[in-house]
Amino acid sequence: MTQMTAYEKPLPAPSEVSAPFWDGLKAGELRLQRCGDCERHVFYPRTMCPHCLSERLEWVTVSGRGRVYSYTIVRRAMNPAFSEDVPYVFAIVELDEGPRVTTNVVNCTLEAVRVDMPVKAAYDNVTPEIALLKFEPA
Amino acid sequence: MTLKRAAAITGISEMKPTRSPDGKSTLGIWADVSRKAILDAGLAIGDIDGFLIGQPITEQAQMWPSILGEYLGINPRYGNVVDLGGASAAGMVWRAAAAIDAGLARAVLCVTGEASDVETFYTPRPRRQTQQLPYREYEVPYGPMGVNSGYALIAQRHMHEYGTTSRQLAKIGVDQRTNACANPDALFYGKPLTVDDVLASPLVVDPLHLLEIVRPCTGGAALVVVAPDMANESPNAPVWLLGAGESSRGMMLSQMDSITTSPITEAAPKAFAMAGVSHKEIDLISVYDCYTITVLITLEDAGFCAKGKGGPFVEEHDFTYRGDLPLNTHGGQLSFGQPGLAGGMSHVTEAVRQLQSRAGERQVKGCEVAFVNGNGGIMSEQVSLVLGVS
Repeated sequence: MTQMTAYEKPLPAPSEVSAPFWDGLKAGELRLQRCGDCERHVFYPRTMCPHCLSERLEWVTVSGRGRVYSYTIVRRAMNPAFSEDVPYVFAIVELDEGPRVTTNVVNCTLEAVRVDMPVKAAYDNVTPEIALLKFEPA
Repeated sequence: MTLKRAAAITGISEMKPTRSPDGKSTLGIWADVSRKAILDAGLAIGDIDGFLIGQPITEQAQMWPSILGEYLGINPRYGNVVDLGGASAAGMVWRAAAAIDAGLARAVLCVTGEASDVETFYTPRPRRQTQQLPYREYEVPYGPMGVNSGYALIAQRHMHEYGTTSRQLAKIGVDQRTNACANPDALFYGKPLTVDDVLASPLVVDPLHLLEIVRPCTGGAALVVVAPDMANESPNAPVWLLGAGESSRGMMLSQMDSITTSPITEAAPKAFAMAGVSHKEIDLISVYDCYTITVLITLEDAGFCAKGKGGPFVEEHDFTYRGDLPLNTHGGQLSFGQPGLAGGMSHVTEAVRQLQSRAGERQVKGCEVAFVNGNGGIMSEQVSLVLGVS
């Protein structure tokens, strides 16, 4: 999936707080924060736990497995940078550890995607610095 | 605290939506609708002492209350920008009433609208990312189609959980189009629609078809909320705020506990309880409709039917102005048009028109109590109102 031409689509700008997440994707693993007090996993990366206000967040590597919570097929690009990709699957995946993430489901036909479909992480190295977290059928 | 009968809407004004700005500016539109709303309320310029303004979507600036005040020649003693997306207009009504109740103002002008070009809206140039907002970091790189894809995710999940069908969703748009065909100001006036037409229109973001998606356009609306003693001297029947409720949740769908249940479940019961009104007493439902699924979820979460039963409910009721449950009698934004935040205000202005018996051909007989809902973001900010003339 790596582009041969310059990557024109919007890219994340990792911050001090989110860098471990993006570094993990680049290394081919999914890292989430986990709260040392309420023990819940947290996504997206934060400075405090949105469940209990604790600052005791630690980074853990998780399975990268989950299920499609919902999906749509985008058939028209609003941002022209995506116009060569349409139609594509834009989805929310619920991770086995609890949090949900916005993503694309890739490496399968559009027709194969279903709500509740088991999926696993697919790391898409879109630039030398950034890998995006996508999912494929498990 | 109750705001029941703390204030009333006495004047409204609404520009006929157009597909392009035709040389108009956002500020010019605001001035025009403001002037007409003040005159409609039977007031003079010196009577207005408060402003609530909706942040335009396509025109960014700071200190809008000063900018509009200078243009109109009004020096308000109370002024705010209300930033609740599509719920801003409904949010303004109770904020105005609360300010009046607190003695901060006596006559509050609420203004929305913008000069918006549809082509520009649909083809925004990729913008350089300068702000580290979570949705830019965790959603935008994956190619959302504006908010369209968000409502598509909601519709897909609703279909999965409750068996809702595209045919049921389409029927909402069709009934609203029938209403628009009795509203000469509607963008899609004179263009009747069938369920098959909707289902035959292109899928844009599955499962949503083109004709289930709102059309951004140029327009504007304003209304005047006044203190009770001023309301009683109004040339128009005062439309009283009987009840209000507001509830918001995060911006990104991935962060919400459920994407098929909205904070309307909290906002609407507050509004009904404050008003002391039951669902059976509602003569008009005027609720935000950026997409067909928005209406269906609003009907469920506001308690007009049980959760998950919105599909069958839609099939069982006639939402036209001559039907058993008149809903979005101006056509809704789906058929009236969405002129920025004035799209949200159109649900308030239509309720006022119906309650004041000024709705012309589409007048609902014996319309005394209306339920209004404003929705911002992707089912994020919710404001419910109960308005009445008695």
